[in-house]
Amino acid sequence: MASASVSGVPLLEGALVEGRWPEWFVASRQRGWADFQHLPAPAPKDEKWRFSKVKALALDSFRYPAAVADAAALVARSTGLGESAARFVFANNRLLAATAPAAGLLKAGLVVMTLEEAARQHADLVEKHFMAQEFKLGSAKYAALHRSGPVNGVFIRVPKNLEVAQPIEIFHWVEGENSAVFPHTLVVCERQSKATVVDCFRSADDEPAFACGVNDLVVEEGAKLNYVAVQQWSLAATAFHLNSTTVGRDACCLGMQVNLGGKFVRGESYSRMVAEGARSDMLSVNIAGGDQLIDQRTFQDHAKPSATSDLLYQNALTGKGRTVFSGVIRVEPGAHKTDAYQKVRNIVLSDEAEANSMPGLEIEADDVRCTHGATTAQVDDRELFYLLARGIRPEAAQQLLVMGFFNTVLDRLPDARLRGQIEGLVEKRLSAALRG
Amino acid sequence: MNETQTQLDIDREKGNFRYNVDYEFDAGTGLNEKTIDYICDVKDEPDWIRKFRKDALKKFLEKPMPTHWASHDLENIIFDKIRYYLSQGGQKPKKTWDEVPEDVKRTFERLGIPEQERKFLAGVEAQFDSEAAYSNIKEAVGKQGVIFMGSTDALKEHPEIFRKWFGKVIPTGDNKFSALNSAAFSGGSFIYVPPGVKVTHPLQAYFRINAENFGQFERTLIIADEGAEVTYMEGCTAPKFDTATLHSAVVELVALRGAKIQYITVQNWSNNVFNLVTKRGLAMEDAEVKWIDCNIGSRLTMKYPGVVMKGRRARGEVISIALAGDGQHQDTGAKMVHAADETTSNIVSKSISVGTGRATYRGLVKIPSHLKGCKNNTECDALLINTSSRTDTYPAISVRGTGNACQHEASVSQVSSEQIFYMQQRGLTEAQAMSLSVNGFVNDLVRQFPMEYSVELKRLIDLEMEGSVG
Repeated sequence: MASASVSGVPLLEGALVEGRWPEWFVASRQRGWADFQHLPAPAPKDEKWRFSKVKALALDSFRYPAAVADAAALVARSTGLGESAARFVFANNRLLAATAPAAGLLKAGLVVMTLEEAARQHADLVEKHFMAQEFKLGSAKYAALHRSGPVNGVFIRVPKNLEVAQPIEIFHWVEGENSAVFPHTLVVCERQSKATVVDCFRSADDEPAFACGVNDLVVEEGAKLNYVAVQQWSLAATAFHLNSTTVGRDACCLGMQVNLGGKFVRGESYSRMVAEGARSDMLSVNIAGGDQLIDQRTFQDHAKPSATSDLLYQNALTGKGRTVFSGVIRVEPGAHKTDAYQKVRNIVLSDEAEANSMPGLEIEADDVRCTHGATTAQVDDRELFYLLARGIRPEAAQQLLVMGFFNTVLDRLPDARLRGQIEGLVEKRLSAALRG
Repeated sequence: MNETQTQLDIDREKGNFRYNVDYEFDAGTGLNEKTIDYICDVKDEPDWIRKFRKDALKKFLEKPMPTHWASHDLENIIFDKIRYYLSQGGQKPKKTWDEVPEDVKRTFERLGIPEQERKFLAGVEAQFDSEAAYSNIKEAVGKQGVIFMGSTDALKEHPEIFRKWFGKVIPTGDNKFSALNSAAFSGGSFIYVPPGVKVTHPLQAYFRINAENFGQFERTLIIADEGAEVTYMEGCTAPKFDTATLHSAVVELVALRGAKIQYITVQNWSNNVFNLVTKRGLAMEDAEVKWIDCNIGSRLTMKYPGVVMKGRRARGEVISIALAGDGQHQDTGAKMVHAADETTSNIVSKSISVGTGRATYRGLVKIPSHLKGCKNNTECDALLINTSSRTDTYPAISVRGTGNACQHEASVSQVSSEQIFYMQQRGLTEAQAMSLSVNGFVNDLVRQFPMEYSVELKRLIDLEMEGSVG
């Protein structure tokens, strides 16, 4: 198939012969490849790439990796919550291990399987929702690359009225110098269902790598989905994480992006409220240290009246770390009674760090309540003094204050165990970043 | 909605008239090297200005339209159909109203300029199309050493003062329209206030476009020397033509150590005017530059007054009110560049969108690394009156390093129905209640305008609101 057209592209070469994919998927890949080729690369003057670093986007050195050497070791390192409803471990685009849901859940209709399997077994659902929304926040080219590439990941369908109590955990590992991975997570929460999904992105080593990930979240009427992505790629990695969320009537989606790794990370979160009563919580915790750049673009799209969206992104910057936040709240004509909020808070911990904030509003309906805010400051001297006066060492005091700052976001996670786990990871990265 | 339209027109009546004027000098339509030679010859300009203009023309032609972020309405400007220079001859403005040609004087009398001058101004310049028809400064102010004259005259007569800063705050190539202005500039005010002189009354310029298809490109440069203080006001009107008119000014302010400049604009162009203006101030140590900017008229306004805080403890401020009525797009905002320690800036922007009007706030706040104690506060509030009204907010805040603080907040809301109901209960009509609410929304900003202007503004808002309920 498309393998002929991608020869000479190390990123994809040898990748597309693997797996058994249905015809429609192969066609979608070819479309993706054609789009990737004709879409222009981002230019420095491109408004959607303002403050970013398009020079960081040279993909020539990355290649499609071989399978990992020691699968068992990586599976053993895939520790997370202890108890989970299902657990999938991928490395270098290949499935290493899978723990299927308990029989009771399977009987109730819960589907958790690889995307490849689902493309055959649940072709209608996968075809309907797989990258169905346009990627308009600047990375359409890289979304096309993902579509054309050797995607692998998990498809989850939570059937009507089913509540899955334990989180579903997915691990994506990358191993080896310049390896490229294309993780994909597709979640469909049907009416009145409830689930929590956690994506963990990790590097097996400190090598440069490339990740181009997409997640599609579909939350139907009255359903509730918590989705958390914990990104811990190596500090030499280049990563795209593109999200697209659709929230239906009276449904609720809480999405949280935690970015701890990566040298260049571009995150795009697009949340569309398609019916009345929809609610989208968009949360993010980011640590940019060393020479990391974390570039995030968000879009809260209010297509229908009486929906709510609430965005809170918080960044801590150390070293020469840089963050970019560009968010838009869009209220489409007629979407009255919209209640939308957007806030980005930056805490700058070093003289060379740089925080860029572009909170935006586009309002075309008059009966709305939309506000946004952006703040940038450093650790409050008085708060620091208070802790020092009580005998706490300066580094510990600073760490404590920044964790306090992050907790306003982490506290929004309803699952205490998950919250505790993420807090631990954030704390560990923060202490390393503060030490420089 | 139709009613709103009517009201908008009634409101503009004050400026919506024109007299036929015979122009002695007319550079024709389109802009090329010949047009520039024509302007230079008429104005008898030194060679360096001619070169400056021609270099600017090159830059103007090279630069693309900024439509990758700005409104595509810009594409409706047809540069070849615009007339770039029109004047009646006598390039020296008159010192008394009696000398001003009858047809031009009629215009300004109808706008009430001579009357205002007698009442509360320290000096007035009145520009009619390309050239100032009248320029006068009160004797007492002139004796203090204050210079107040048109751009070409100032560059010819006081190059030692003005040439040093001319085009330095806003370089020719800053953007496409600053390049256009640098190529075709004519008129405007050049002001110099000597050290320590505090000009107690405001200086005022009044800009009037009379001719159809005309482009007005005034150039203003205000220098307040150490410890000096000055307030400058400008007002603009034009009759309503069916074709587009272009107004593209460049305004540069230089506040040297400890100086204060306050620049007040009430823009009420008719709504066929493209108003694309670049305004920037430079504030040295302990200096303060404050822009008070009110945009009511025009078809499309793009204006983001800026302050570059170059000296320690310098301060920049932008107070902005925008009213976007049917078919109007007010794309306004502010730009604050912190370039020294302990500099502070404040932006307060309020916009009102009525009918199909669209108000956009665009802002830039930049605090580079290794600065300490810089602070910025930005507030922008938008009020939407009708279901078809639109508002956008696009701030960009870039902060490097520790020791600085930035906060930005914006809100979008409508007049609450409870408020209207409360006032109607007490016997006010719905329109009166609406007017009162909207006036309340901008009241704290309107109060910062000189009294004469704030009264006028309130009246304008009253009129605009009438019939717009629902």
